[in-house]
Amino acid sequence: MEFILAILVGVLFTAAVYLILSRSLLKVILGTGLLSHGAHLLILTMGGLGGNAAPVVLDGVTDFADPLPQALILTAIVISFGVTAVMLVMAYRMYAVHQTDNMNELRGNDEHD
Amino acid sequence: MNMINLLLFPIIIPFFFAMILLFFKEQVVVQRVLTLIGLALSLVASFWLIATVKTEGIQTVTLGSWPAPFGITMVSDMFSALLVTTTIIITFFVVIYSFSSIGVERERFFYYPAILFMITGINGAFTTGDIFNMFVFFEVLLIASYLLIVLGGEKRQLRESIKYILVNVISSALFVVTVAYLYSIIGTLNMADISVKIAEINQPGIISVIAILFLIVFGIKGAIFPLYFWLPNSYAAPPIPILALFGALLTKVGVYAITRTYTLFFVHDIGFTHQFLMILSLLTIIAGCIGALAYFDLKQIIIYNIIIAVGVILFGVAQMNTSGLEGAVYYLIHDMLIKGALFVLIGIIIYATGTSNLREMGGLIKTHATLGWTYLIAAFGLAGIPPLSGFIGKVLITKGAFEADHVIGSIIILASSLVVLLSVIRIFIYAFWGPQKNELPVRDQRTYRQMMFPAIMLVLITVAYGVGAEWLMPYMTDAANVLADPSIYINAVLKE
Repeated sequence: MEFILAILVGVLFTAAVYLILSRSLLKVILGTGLLSHGAHLLILTMGGLGGNAAPVVLDGVTDFADPLPQALILTAIVISFGVTAVMLVMAYRMYAVHQTDNMNELRGNDEHD
Repeated sequence: MNMINLLLFPIIIPFFFAMILLFFKEQVVVQRVLTLIGLALSLVASFWLIATVKTEGIQTVTLGSWPAPFGITMVSDMFSALLVTTTIIITFFVVIYSFSSIGVERERFFYYPAILFMITGINGAFTTGDIFNMFVFFEVLLIASYLLIVLGGEKRQLRESIKYILVNVISSALFVVTVAYLYSIIGTLNMADISVKIAEINQPGIISVIAILFLIVFGIKGAIFPLYFWLPNSYAAPPIPILALFGALLTKVGVYAITRTYTLFFVHDIGFTHQFLMILSLLTIIAGCIGALAYFDLKQIIIYNIIIAVGVILFGVAQMNTSGLEGAVYYLIHDMLIKGALFVLIGIIIYATGTSNLREMGGLIKTHATLGWTYLIAAFGLAGIPPLSGFIGKVLITKGAFEADHVIGSIIILASSLVVLLSVIRIFIYAFWGPQKNELPVRDQRTYRQMMFPAIMLVLITVAYGVGAEWLMPYMTDAANVLADPSIYINAVLKE
């Protein structure tokens, strides 16, 4: 199971890198979304998928699931949700002002030197 | 008095005041007063914290009263207490500078709450003893900084802030990935516990890989070579008070995180990890020097000086001996103070001349003598002319480097001081000497005096920091001792 998830994480990262390297800002933002999904799945995989019982201390149960990765993922999901929302708003404002979402036209320093 | 929560005050107080400020969007005066009160209270708390750490040793609190490796631990050793205090001092004066320079429009759009939220994140990142909690505090300060960098919505700000956010989002994702790798091997997130576990397994190769991943993550935030590419343009976009806060504080959080992880976790394979860090820090210095000399734009010159300083501090850390670490701690605080002062000063120069292009300036000393001499003192302080504050840090760092037989590195550090001096004196020569080139715009003298007050205060603090080095040295030694000997930190947290 870890093996399949590891491949899935790899696919997500590949797609994310491809999207982040594209010219359209919207695709770039979608890419960062995929990147954070990949990172969250990676936490889950790295925490180990073993453990059949809920992490509650009971007599005779030793094979607990690790509760920590889920707590970490929950935190990370909330943060990446907020950041993506902020980024989308800023991208919209930037599009409204610059009239383009092509990253190639957003380079450079328009001041002297 | 037994105050176990004392170390949380510099984090909680700005947070609390930021929330209150959200209710006073339109009342600018109320916002200004409350911000200053909040920062003053935090400053008192942080000085109290330094005194407590000095007398009673490292302060720790594990939230929810869990035993140490299980709950989220907050740890305040001398290093983090000093950084927290410096952060609040700089913010206090930059906020005073904002009153006359940022403009009512920005003040009405949550400028002060954003600053206070950012301070919450910065102080939290300095104080936390849990690696995932550090990620959370990084995000707190980053989201506040996204607001600050775009606040005002100028064309250039919007363009640069999108790039700034993208770079930081990617580095945050890498941070999560790195923590996941570390967790899969070590099985803990408590920083003291991580240090113990890494020592138990004697740092196999995979841990060194994670060390380099951490260096990449924090290197993007801290702007080391070759990951500083995003910094010069992004930092030049927002107005000067925000630039001053970013330049003085944000990159230093990355530097702090590298310092902490490289002195607490990855200390068993110094030949590889710290050698790598040292080479990168030297390349950072060289790249920064080239940038600092290449531009005729006031902002860019000082921004590239941030990058040089990051290199110098990390070079000190890479020595891993007491002198090098002591120098790094001293230089880090010096650099935060002096960068705050310099950005405020060039802000005033830009205000007085109406341009940030050196070629269009000249003869300012005739009309703005105080500004000129204050700037000159700050410039000498940055370059490290004794007895000003840059000198002592660099002496200790080079001493540490000679002790560790890194002679070429020391020579590069010393040579970089000359480049730094040249780059900042160039501003003095172009802006203050010679004939006046353009008609100065008419400015309100009262506003100018209001702007000069925080600038002069910050420069005076840096002078005192250099001249009073003898008196401050015990604090620096305490900070460096904890960095040099991880067991002090571990014992304080795990209470073995």
